[in-house]
Amino acid sequence: MARLNVNPTRMELSKLKKKLVSAQRGHKLLKDKRDELMRQFMALIKENRQLRTEVEAAISEAGRYMAVAGSVMQSEVLETALMMPKQEVELEVGEKNVMSVYIPVFSPKFKSADTSDIYSYGTAFTSTDLDGAVSALSEVFPKMIRLAEIEKACQLMADEIEKTRRRVNALEHIMIPDYQETIKFITMKLSENERSTTTSLMKVKDMVLNKNHNFS
Amino acid sequence: MSELYKTAVIGDTASVSGFAALGLSVFCETAPERIAKLIDRLAASDFAVIYITEPAAALVSDTIKKYRSSKLPAIVLIPAVEGNTGDGMRALHESVEKAVGSDILN
Repeated sequence: MARLNVNPTRMELSKLKKKLVSAQRGHKLLKDKRDELMRQFMALIKENRQLRTEVEAAISEAGRYMAVAGSVMQSEVLETALMMPKQEVELEVGEKNVMSVYIPVFSPKFKSADTSDIYSYGTAFTSTDLDGAVSALSEVFPKMIRLAEIEKACQLMADEIEKTRRRVNALEHIMIPDYQETIKFITMKLSENERSTTTSLMKVKDMVLNKNHNFS
Repeated sequence: MSELYKTAVIGDTASVSGFAALGLSVFCETAPERIAKLIDRLAASDFAVIYITEPAAALVSDTIKKYRSSKLPAIVLIPAVEGNTGDGMRALHESVEKAVGSDILN
């Protein structure tokens, strides 16, 4: 461990002692933050994984319907059918503070509340597979929003956990030992100085006594 | 802050056209530089969530990485019509590895 480059004075000693105390306090706080972040992260990751599996399955399912619809319908008809959507969705974005990580919260606002009123086309010229695809997608959509939210949260928290872990390690393995060693060094140096002063005083006293009274 | 934001879907025509019926903004792009530009443009305007198909995302992984640590937009990988490549799940594992230090999901 490297000793800090400071003058061995009482002033520095008391400064360092204060720094050590706040470093230890910070270390404890950051460690708590890391542990709590990790706990929440693990819960989120579990949900994220499950949600992703569900969403991926549903989208693949819708994709299959869509492929069938595309094969039985002309692409122009398919495009026209989907060109003018009835449903419109907007996201209200809120914010949640999890251990000072700001994660977004999405709440979708649909234009028409009726979920069966999403087909933007008459049923006469389109395949039923298209209906299947659209309804499958609209069913999974709330989950997709939640997935977006949770995945972003996971990414942001992963970043924060990494940062916090680095800080904890830096404090634990570098800063605190450095302070401790420097404090030890200054204490030793000071007491050494003190001893040397005492010794020289004793020596001087001896000399004075010797001169005045011819002792020893 | 509770402004209203929009949602976008990027990918090849077959994979994303179904989302148009839900009222999402659909963009059919397959050229890498155009997708990258599109993502930058959407991120700068009022899009909160961008769904992108896995093959399209594979072409612009640098751009996606750029938005990883910013709060908005959330870029989410979805499987394309030709099947699931597992890239979305892999991104999840990367997050775990970053946070924990090793991939503990397996």
